[in-house]
Order: sequence, then C-alpha cells, then structure tokens
Amino acid sequence: MKRFAALFTALDRTTRTNAKIAALAAYFTDAPEPDRLWTVALLSGRRPRRAVTTTRLREWAAERAGLPLWLFEECYPVVGDLAETIALVLPQATGTGTASLSERMAEIAALAQMDEPARKARILAAWDSLDGTERFLFNKLITGGFRVGVSQTLMTRALARATGIAEADLAHRLMGDWTPATTTWAALIEAPDPAAALSRPYPFYLAYQIEGDPQALGDPADWCAEYKWDGIRGQLIVRGGTHFLWSRGEELMTDRFPELAQARDFLPPGTVIDGEILGWADDRPLPFAALQKRITRKSLSKRLLAEAPVMLKAYDLLEEGGTDLRPRPLAQRRARLEALFARLPDRSPLRLSPLLPFADWAALAETRAAARAAGAEGVMLKRAAAPYLAGRKKGDWWKWKLDPLTVDAVMIYAQAGHGRRATLYTDFTFAVWDGADLVPFTKAYSGLTDAEFREITAWVRKNTLQRFGPVRQVRPEHVFEIAFEGIQQSPRHKSGIALRFPRMARWRRDKPPAEANTLDDLRALLASHG
Amino acid sequence: MSVLTFTERGIFCPAGNFFIDPWAPVDRALITHGHSDHARPGHRRYLATAPAAPVIRHRLGGIALDTIGYGERRRIGDSLVSFHPAGHVPGSAQIRIEVAGEVWVVSGDYKTEADGLSEPFEPVRAHAFVSECTFGLPVFNWAPQAQVLAEIDAWWAANAAEGRFSLLGAYALGKAQRLLAGVNTGIGPILTHGAIEATCAVMRAQGIALPPTVPVTPETDLKAHAGALALAPPSALGGPWARRFGTAATGLASGWMALRGVRRRRGADRGFVLSDHADWAGLNEAIRETGAERVFVTHGYTTVFRRWLADQGHDAEIVRTAFEGETLDSAEDAP
Ligand SMILES: [Zn+2]
Ligand SMILES: [Zn+2]
Repeated sequence: MKRFAALFTALDRTTRTNAKIAALAAYFTDAPEPDRLWTVALLSGRRPRRAVTTTRLREWAAERAGLPLWLFEECYPVVGDLAETIALVLPQATGTGTASLSERMAEIAALAQMDEPARKARILAAWDSLDGTERFLFNKLITGGFRVGVSQTLMTRALARATGIAEADLAHRLMGDWTPATTTWAALIEAPDPAAALSRPYPFYLAYQIEGDPQALGDPADWCAEYKWDGIRGQLIVRGGTHFLWSRGEELMTDRFPELAQARDFLPPGTVIDGEILGWADDRPLPFAALQKRITRKSLSKRLLAEAPVMLKAYDLLEEGGTDLRPRPLAQRRARLEALFARLPDRSPLRLSPLLPFADWAALAETRAAARAAGAEGVMLKRAAAPYLAGRKKGDWWKWKLDPLTVDAVMIYAQAGHGRRATLYTDFTFAVWDGADLVPFTKAYSGLTDAEFREITAWVRKNTLQRFGPVRQVRPEHVFEIAFEGIQQSPRHKSGIALRFPRMARWRRDKPPAEANTLDDLRALLASHG
Repeated sequence: MSVLTFTERGIFCPAGNFFIDPWAPVDRALITHGHSDHARPGHRRYLATAPAAPVIRHRLGGIALDTIGYGERRRIGDSLVSFHPAGHVPGSAQIRIEVAGEVWVVSGDYKTEADGLSEPFEPVRAHAFVSECTFGLPVFNWAPQAQVLAEIDAWWAANAAEGRFSLLGAYALGKAQRLLAGVNTGIGPILTHGAIEATCAVMRAQGIALPPTVPVTPETDLKAHAGALALAPPSALGGPWARRFGTAATGLASGWMALRGVRRRRGADRGFVLSDHADWAGLNEAIRETGAERVFVTHGYTTVFRRWLADQGHDAEIVRTAFEGETLDSAEDAP
C-alpha cells in the first residue's frame, strides 16, 4: 500500500489542480493494474462495505494504545476523524506491511466472513505493521469512509493523460454499476464491453448559476429557456428491451420509480432522455419532501406510490435510435425530443419540460419572477447551438435561480464541525421569537468564510452557557440572515416548520437579537411559499 | 497557607507576595518567558532569567526588569525562588518556589526534547507541580526534531530546484530561531519577515549564534534570492507580504500540524509537526520526574488531562486561566 499512500500524500499536500493530475497520471501509469482499478473505484465513490463496527474499532484501538476508552473518546472530536484518531494514538509500528492496495482490499473484504476474534487479530496485525499515512488509509478503508479532494472530473482527466483515451470516452466508461470485483482494468478502461454499454449513462451536463443578470449572454434569440425544476435530475435509458434510471450521483434509481417502467412501452429502444424527476399531482410539482420519501424509504408501499406519484420532465434527448446525439446543437436535439414526445399518450409518466418563449431579457426576468408559482425554483438558459457537454462547464448552460427566501435568526446552539472543520464551531441552531421565547427552527453549517468561522468559534468558547455533550448553548447575541430555497410544514420540528437548503447568508452584526424575525413571520412565509 | 494560590490575576505566592506570569497588573511579577501570554505589560517590577530578559525588554519597553541566573536561589519575602530551564525557547524557565521546606514548581511552557537552541529542559523535584498541557492528548506524539528538520530540508531543496520560494510560517519568538539553527543552510539563502528579523537581532545581540538572514523590505530584490527559504509569522502567509513571492510553496511549522483537519484548514501546502511544547509522552514523563503528589494543569486540554492524571493516581486539579482552556485556535498563531 506504500505506492497508494504516496499518491494520497501527494494529493493531500497540494491544492493545485495540475499537481494533482500529474500525481494521479503517474500512478495510473506505473501502479499495478489491480491497484489502479481500486484507486479508480475509490475515487469514484465506490467504497467497500464497512467491515467492522466503529464501536469495536474504538475499543480495540484504545486497548492497543493502553488508554482508557473515555480518553480515546475525548480525542475523537478534537481530531474530527475516527480513522485518523486511531492512527495517531496507536504505538509505532513494529513491522512493515508489504501488501499492495488490492491485496489489502481483498483482506478487508475477507473480514466480513470472519468471527470477531479473528477479525480483531487481523486488524491489530495490520495496525502493527503500518505506520502514519498507510495506517490512516487502512482505517479509512475498513470504515468505508474513504474520501480525498479529487473530483471525478479531475481523476478522469488524469486517466486520459495516462491512457491516451479521450476524457469523454473515459467518463462514459466509468459510469454505471461496476465494482473492482466485477471487472478488470483492461475490461473497464481498455476493452469494448457491449453488456456494460447497455446500461451505461452519459455524464450529466451541469450548469453554473449566472452572475448578475443575463444581459451579458448577448442576443436572446440564441438562447432557449425552461423552468429549473426542484426535483431529482435523472437520465432515463431505454435500450435492448429494458430500462435504467440514473441519478446525477450515478446511482441506479430504476427500482425507486416503478412508474417509469412504462417508458419501455412508449419509447423505441436506443433512447436516452435527460430530465427531472418530480413528485407530480394536479398538474403541478409536489414539495420536494414528498419525492424524498421515494428515495429514502426502504420499501415502496402502495400508499407511498399513491401519495407521491412521479413524473419525468424531459429536458433533452441524448440518444435516439442508438445514436449519440450529444455533439449536435440543442435546437436539433430539442426538435427530435418534441417529435418523439408528440407520439406519447396522455397517461405517460413522461412529459416535456416546456420551453419558455421570451422576446427579450426583461420578459424572461418576469417569467423567472413567477417561477415559484409554477412550482419551479427559477429558469435555465441553454444556448441553442450548443452540444451536450460533460460535467460542470461555463458558457452554454446557466441556471438563473430565484433569490432565496431569508429570515433573520438568533444563534442559540453551536457544535463543532467534522473533518476539516473539526476544530471549529460550524454547526449552529437558529431560533426566532415566539413572544418572549426563542424557538429553534433550523440548523445551518455553511455560508460563512473561514475567518468568520474562526471568529465565531472564539466567541462560542467564551460565551457558552451550558454544554450538552458536543453541543454548546451560547448566549443569544448574534443574528444571522438565514437563506433557504423552500419552506414546508413539519410536525417533527418544534417550530412546525422545515426549511430546504438553509444556510447562513450573512452575519447581521448590525442587528440586535430583539430585531430577529418571529415565528409568525415564518408562518406567513409558509402560507405564501409553502 | 498554600505555597501558591490561584487568583483572578494569576498564580500568586502569599509568602513572597509575588505573581507568576500574571495577566493583570501587579506589584511584582516573575516571568517564565517572553511570549505574550506570559509576559504582559503593566507590572511594577519584573524578574526573569538573564537570557529571557532582552526579548522581554524588546517587547515591553522600559520596564523595571531584574534578572536571575538558572539555578540561582533568591529569597523573596518568606519564600526561596529559583529558575530552571524549561526547554521551550531561549531563556525560558520553570519557576521553583520553596516555602518552609515545601516545594512547588510552575512549569511555564516547556518541551522535553533538546532543540539545540534553548537551554534543555531540566526536571525539578517538587511536592506540587503546575504543568501546562497545551498538547495534553494522546494523539500528540512528536517525531524527533532531526526527522522533522530533514523533511523541511527536503521540501526546501525540492522547491529550490524548481526555482520556487519556500514560505515557512513559524512563531516569531522561538520557533523561527529554532528552524534557523536547525535547517541546512547550504540549500540556499534565508529571508525573514520583519517580525522575525527583529527577534533574531535581539538574540544575536545577546550572543546566540544564528545563521545569516536577509530581512525582506519593500526594496529587497527577491529575484536575487530565488529558491530561498522565507520565514514569516503564520498570519503573514495569507497576506500581501506573501504575495510578493509569486507561486511559492507554503508550509507551517507547529504542533497543531499533527492534525490533518488543521493542516488542511490552514491552507498551507505542507504542515511540519514541530512544537515548542511537550507532547503526550513528554508531559507524562515530566510530571513523573517531578515526583509531585499534587499536579495542577493549565493551558490546554485541562479537563481531559486532569482526569487522566487522576486515573493514574495523582491528586490533580485544574487551574483556570484568563482564557478558556482550549487553545487550538489562539495557539495556532501564538506560542
Ligand atoms: Zn504559553
Ligand atoms: Zn510560550
């Protein structure tokens, strides 16, 4: 695992994209093929299943380090990462492990079959033979939490440099449902594979939020506009008599949305559609929470299916008759999509996401302002002449979301963050006034700069009223503007309200706590936007 | 009457009527070392070791400062005091107070590994020991200094080979000079930020040998020093001072760099785990060697460290300081 640890260290030490790509490309050139495959798997989020509970790991690590368990537990929140805490407290290694990454992964896979004493012996032996980074990585791998600051795009670029295969081609190959157990480096990266090709989705094209207003985009006639729906982006594939539904996160969601199986009856084989899955009833989208149940519930009851029926709003046609349409201009793809959909019956769970005609930018601004009434969160702008690209790219696609809703709220609890932010108080609970009481209504952990987090952390330490485990109740002194995308009724929350995507938009140093918003203000927002 | 009491102004010796490292103005202050959380302005009389005095004067200006040699015994009121090397920075001391045969020692900040620059730490037998515990958790285990310096040298040499500057953040008093004295000066020239150069000048004037450095001023021709190591306080790394060096490699030398989360959050390319405080083993060893029955812990992970000591059979208590115990964020930029 030394070679892999060296790669990890090189990636961890730099923030420069080029240095990361160079380190990865070198690895993909000279590491053994099984290790390369595992690295691709890990960097594309294909983590091994957790082989042992973290409770046992904590106990074993404390025991091996000669520490009482309570002391180990005190270290964990300071370090912010279990794998690292274990690596740091253990005594120095007594031997040197020579197993490669793939050999280690095989060993980890075998842990699942062992009884607990054998499993413990294996893990202790590994700890004794690994030092520093290798030990940390081993712990990451057995806890199933491996992450490193390398995006899939960046990894793909490095793979392209190492193999000479085009980036787009590689991105396509890496999608889908493979694991290192089901394929090889040669099969995944190098050889053509028709079976995998059947289910393989295209990389999603993602838009950036537009900065300011769209005047700078030039002639409105060059652009198509449509609603930006607040659902789950999905890619529906109909090939070879079967169908697949992929999420943007490359998860296969086919089983979650059985309604869409009908697509096989309506669409010819060799069709791939990019669209948005929405909960849909009475000709408008249901709140996102309804859709969320469809993903999170273990089984889909009849009742749930009836409560939250879904609809795929189609944006784009990526493949028709087995031909990749992505290089063609959007205008052409859209015309073909419309022709295809003209033949669909009314009962089809597939609908076109309508184009929004606009004569000038001012007219589009008006359409955008009314988007919430249509159940959308803004509009999308796509250049009519643009091909369908892969990943997040600037230039041809822009999202123009509505300004978020906001309330001013008082911070009442603080909790330390995780990982990189474990030494800072970053997770806060906010409250609004209900008469003379402060009622908590949301948590937020993003939106401040590192400097602001440092400042608030110092303040939290000096202004703690009470501690509840890792949570500190703080003096209700600071007001923050909380921005969010949606508001819903929620019996599970004390305030009766739940927010979607809450974050700290601004630290309102100018506002005394007494001037924060009230629960009635929130209820009014719920009535108008819920 | 206890030899030492813990008051709102700091640690107080009733028999000698003096304070140790007080944080509010007092009549007589015994100072362990020149870091700003120990040597504060506003006291009427100061006492510190002779090698600590120049920096304290440099920082606090015209104060009434008396000096004392290491090991020299001095009677103050009904107490007998002496200063003993703490190994933290040049001149730093533990302070031993004896009253009617009862001995208490206040550690100040200390580290147990000899750094080649500071007077090496000497354990002092005591009935009661007041110990810092900045790094009082078992996750802090320092590698030998030689190994860390070798990592820094390798990093510097690799950057120099690419024609890049190596910007290394280190606290201006102590850490910076320890690095100067320890790195391989054959790799290239060493540039300094004004805050560091000022401390170096004070130390050179008192006879501490440091390699030559080039202070960076607005007029300095940086191109003439390509591949140099540039030492700066950590806070200067993200500022306009650092921008002059172009796409330099950046590093930080601090005990907190042992934590990956801190390393990443601080936004430097490299974190070198080099501390002027004792690590977990060092703290435990130092406490053991004092033979103290009572241990008071201060500065750091006091709650946890006290409980650990109590588990080990010590009579352990916490001393509150003006600031709440956890020092991670304040201490990253401070001693
Ligand atoms: Zn200190
Ligand atoms: Zn200090």
